[in-house]
Order: sequence, then structure tokens, then C-alpha cells
Amino acid sequence: MVEMTPEQIEKLKAVGRMQKDKLLQMGKDFVTNNEKYEATIFTCNATSCHSGGGQSVYEAFKAALETAGLTDKVRLVATGCMGLCAAGPMTRIEIKGRKPFLYKEMTADVAHLIVEQHVKPLLGKPEAELKLAPHLQEKELSMDLPFFTKQRRVVLKHLGSSDPEDLGEYVANGGYQALMKCLFEMTPQQVLDEITKSGLRGRGGGGFPTGKKWALLANAPLVDGEKFIICNGDEGDPGAYMDSCILGGGAHAVLEGMMIAAYATGATSGWFYVRAEYPLALERVELAIKQAKRAGILGKNIFGTDFSFMAELRYGAGAFVCGEETALMMSLEGNKGTPRPRPPYPTEKGLFQKPTIINNVETWANVPQIILNGADWFSSVGTETSKGTKVFALTGKVKHSGLVEVPMGTTVREMVEEVGGGTSTGKPFKAVQTGGPSGGVIPAKELNLPLCYEELKKIGSMMGSGGMIVMDEDDSMVEIAKFYLGFTVDESCGKCAPCRLGGYQMLQLLTKVAKGEGTRKDLEKIKEIGSAMQKGSLCGLGQTSPNPVLSTMKYFPEEYEALLKKDDEEKGC
Amino acid sequence: MNEENKEKVDAIIRKWNGKRGALIMALHELQGAFGYVPWDEALYLGQSLGVPMAKIYECLTFYNYFKVKAPGKYVISICDGTACHIKGSTGVLEELEKELGVPAGTTTDDGLFYIQVVRCLGCCGLAPVMVINGVTYGKMTPDKVKSVINEWRAKEGK
Repeated sequence: MVEMTPEQIEKLKAVGRMQKDKLLQMGKDFVTNNEKYEATIFTCNATSCHSGGGQSVYEAFKAALETAGLTDKVRLVATGCMGLCAAGPMTRIEIKGRKPFLYKEMTADVAHLIVEQHVKPLLGKPEAELKLAPHLQEKELSMDLPFFTKQRRVVLKHLGSSDPEDLGEYVANGGYQALMKCLFEMTPQQVLDEITKSGLRGRGGGGFPTGKKWALLANAPLVDGEKFIICNGDEGDPGAYMDSCILGGGAHAVLEGMMIAAYATGATSGWFYVRAEYPLALERVELAIKQAKRAGILGKNIFGTDFSFMAELRYGAGAFVCGEETALMMSLEGNKGTPRPRPPYPTEKGLFQKPTIINNVETWANVPQIILNGADWFSSVGTETSKGTKVFALTGKVKHSGLVEVPMGTTVREMVEEVGGGTSTGKPFKAVQTGGPSGGVIPAKELNLPLCYEELKKIGSMMGSGGMIVMDEDDSMVEIAKFYLGFTVDESCGKCAPCRLGGYQMLQLLTKVAKGEGTRKDLEKIKEIGSAMQKGSLCGLGQTSPNPVLSTMKYFPEEYEALLKKDDEEKGC
Repeated sequence: MNEENKEKVDAIIRKWNGKRGALIMALHELQGAFGYVPWDEALYLGQSLGVPMAKIYECLTFYNYFKVKAPGKYVISICDGTACHIKGSTGVLEELEKELGVPAGTTTDDGLFYIQVVRCLGCCGLAPVMVINGVTYGKMTPDKVKSVINEWRAKEGK
């Protein structure tokens, strides 16, 4: 690479300073432009609502606004996830001077009615009475539901109320100003200290203190002039889609978080590793990188400073084990994704043998907020050891299934009964499962358990990335354990024997038990294999895959007992 | 491999040659262009990128996302993520296999339908979910299977 002369660098910096002003102006222009609208129609177009017809709702509103001649007065936005996926596709109407109004289960055919009966008559008349036809009234979703009021949206704050593809809107909402604050007002050490002080911990499941991880990278020397930042978007937990929605709702916040880390640690470039099964997330990451390059946010001498950073996107290819950091790096390098022993840790030998840190999507998205609002603001929410909020994909047999963000320490009861509105079947609640195939069950008797890293670990589950599956009395715990174990056996990469052989044998025994052919000895054997796998497996996948089985055996032994062979019972063996 | 296919692969090679960690991305693009990863094209790609076919085959078979055989015209994805599972995806799959007469992971004899079981499509609010060539069917039940399949059969005049 040709070295640049001091004059060339100075020129580059001058361009960078202009780009900074231009970016801030984009935000101001957005605000000015937005002010001319008297109302905004937000239609949710995140994966769930989109799949349920969200795009046709958007198109129908577009046509209806054109017919009504209101395109100058009403802004129409296809947003990221609004949260209550079970009631989707959702639409929110905000008319100046009035309380926002939410419609559930939207269909394209009522869009023009909403424009005619709701939007048009009320524009510029904040006092006018809203008169809706009965079938529209039925579609109202109260915004006072605990589902909304119990949440505290930090990471998801702008997801359901902004255009994920509009960089100007991101800037208007404070976007890239955390990065600017770091670059112009803070030293890398101050940024590190702030993150450490905030108490932020990895949101991918492990809960490792983020500041500590960053400090390790900051202390690692450049290798061939490089150090890396990775965004782990390989959300493999079947039944969790937080990262998909965070990226799909606008990837700039995640990119900004990565850049802040790069400034603090001296990293030179960043890599997004995102599941190929998430087309919308991939599209938005690609767009964010493109927009950032064009706006001078990515590149050399960013905003006229000495800080340079580039980012690239790589696709996952459907291997659950690639969520594990060493396997993820193998995959990023273009190999099959198998893990390797640690140490060396990625901060010593990471991607392409260079020092690397890997954080989860949600962790990155928290970073700009911490810098903008301060570590104290962040740590004022949560418990003693788990700070801030956590995003959960609340699904299964729960009435208000969707994407929620609550303060750490919220109890299981609050999640299931208040936020979730109870079971969808009306039958008694039996358990929730957290942590996906690596986690365990929280039985109904532990309803008052606060959701935080330590408490969940104590009862044999884990925080995980945020999947939370609600089950009612009809769900068999043996069946759910078998489902998860089947998944991890299928996804085991085969590299180490405890996971490859142990998982398989355990599944054979569990299947035998589920069929009603098992004995007490089989149950003992399952426990024994599980414990060996926890201790002997190479990576997190094998170490945690017995959890769903062991935790259901612990809390619901009677379900296993009931399936044991009858004659075996009598013989007493 | 005909000229037309060679050009498609050449475009992918030009894009990824010399870039770090390019193999998986190039295979994704190969699958994007052909609907699966055809052997000859993969071999040619490997030779151009300097990757042995053994390594390519290792990746193709390690990762669930890649298909080494051409799937049917209509790809039916049945989600068996946890939310879909506990809301009855197994029953939907069984009904689908019965209706089409082939097990998951295979294509019907007429080459029309390919059934695959996938893990979480990210729309758990609609569980159980089935997707056919990008069209999503949410809150599926076994008794809806026949009419959904008939919609697609009708496109073929069957």
C-alpha cells in the first residue's frame, strides 16, 4: 500500500470534516421535512408482519393516500418491528395533537377506510371526535396494554416508529452522534471506562462483561496492521428472532456500536456475520454499510479524525454451532464452522489469526445509547449484576406473542401474565423455556424469579440470547426435551466425542423413555451422559445441550416417571 | 457446463476472487443463480478460486443452507422452530407428506414440490408457519394443507 503524504491526509481530513457537517445536516433536513406532515401512518413491515401481509397493507395505504390527495400531508412509513407480532400486521396512526392509535390484524382492504374515516376527518382538527365503523373499531388495539406499558424500549426504541432505510431519520434520532462524541470528546480509554462502568454484559447468552472483553482487545497489539470487530448475527436458537428484528429495523445502530468499540480498542475493521435465513436483516445491513460508505461514516480518516474503519457483511449458512465464537470465525474465513479449544482466545488469535472481539447484535445496539446517555443512566436500570434491558422473543402459547424489551430483573410472572397477557389457550401455565437448546425450563412455581444472568443460571437455565417459550399444561416436558436434544444432536459438528457420541446416545435413551419403554436405569444413564457432556465437550453447544433434558428431569420428574415401563416399576429396578 | 452457466460462474468469481473468506459467499451466490449448487459449476469455481473440491464439498454438506441437488419448482419450507413445534408443526408436516406422498427432504416425482424442514423463520407470532416460494402461510393447521397445495397445483393447471 502506498503511504499518503501529509498533504494528502490533510485533504482527506478536510473532506471528512465536511462529511460530518453534511451528515448532521441530513438529520436536520429530516426534521424540517417531517414537520410539514400533519400525520404519520406507520405500518409494521418486520418479518412477522411482512409475512402476514404487511407489504400489501403498506401498498394499500399508499394508494389510498394518493386517491385522497393526502400524500403531502400524511407521511407513510414501513417500519421495523412494532412488537406485538401475534396481532400483526400492525398499523399506528399518529395525528398531530392526538394520542397515537393502533390497529391490529390489518388487511389491505381496510386501508382506504382508515384514511377516509380516521385520517382525513381529523387532520388539523385535534378536538374532532373519531368516528369509526364497527368493524374498524374492532381492530383497535389499546396502547395501554401492559404489553406496551411494562416495556422499556432502549434497543428497540425507534424500531416501530422510524424508516429503517432512512439514514437522515437515524441521525435525527441521535444516530452517529455517540460515535462523534467518542471521536471528538473522549479518549479511547474514556470510552472503555464508560462501557465498563455501565455494567453492560454480552447479550448473546454468556453474559461476559463487555468492557472487560474490549479491554483485552485494546491491550492486544495489531497483527499485520489489523484487529477485528465481529457482530454475531447468527441467531440460531429456533424460536428467537431478536437479532433479526434489530438488524432488520435498521442496522446503523449496530454498526455505530461496532465503530465505537473499534475506536476504543484500536480495531481496524468490522465483520457482520448474519444468518442467511434472514433476508431482511441481510438487506438492511448491506444498505447500512452502503449508506455509511457514501456518507463518509466508513472509510479513512472518518469525520476528519485519525480514526479509520471498514465493515463487511458475510452470510451464515445454517449451522447452529456457528453462533459459537471460534466456529463463527472459522466460517467467516470460508471453512466449515467447527469450534476450536480456547485459549488462545479470540483477543489473542482470532479471525485470520488476528486479535478479534465478537459481540452479539443486541450488545452492539446498546453501545451508542450508553455513550449518549452515560453509564449511570444505563446502570440505573436492572439488577445488581445485570444492568440495562433485555430483548426477548416471547412466543409459544402466550396471548401477546412478540418482541419485547424489559428491564433486567423483571419477573417471569410479569413477563408471562402481564406483558404476555397469560396463556393463549386459557389453560394453566406450566413453564417457560429460556436459552433455547442451551437453556432449561422455569417451572410455574418459580414465577417470581427475576430475569437476570445469575438467577437463571442458578435454577439450571440461562439467559441465552432471549428466546422465551411459554408452555401450558398440555405440553409434555419429555417431548420438549426431546425436541431440543434432537436439534442439538442434528447440529453437533462432530468434532469432539462427548458431543457427537454423548448427544446421540442420550437421544436414543430419551426416545426410548418417551415411547414408554424406558427404565429407571435409562434415566440414570441420561443424567450420567449429560453430566459428562457438560464437562467434556469442546464448545458451548455440547456443554449446554444436556440442559433442556436435565432441567426438565429436575423440575418435572413425575413426567419421566409416568412414562417408565410398568413391569419395571413392579420389579423395583 | 454450457457457456451461459460459465458466464454466471465467472461473474461470481470476479466478484469474490482475492477477497478474504470468500468461499461461503461465493457458494451462496452460486446457489442463488442456480437454485442449488451444481457439481460442475462448483468444481469450476473451486479451480478458479484455488479451493480444492474436497473442501467445497465439505462446506456444502456441513451447512444446512446449501443444496447439492436441484429442488422441485416449488420449495415448501415447514418451520420447526420451538414456537412452531409446540403449536403443532409436526401435524402440518405429516399432513403435507401425506398429501404429496414424499417425505421431507425430497422432491415429488413430477418435480413440482420439494419439502424442507427449517429452524425458525423469525415470524413466531404466526406459528406454525409454512412458506412456499416466498409466500407465507401463518397459523397453519393440518386441514389447511390440502387447499394451500391445491392453490399451487392450480398454477400448473393440475
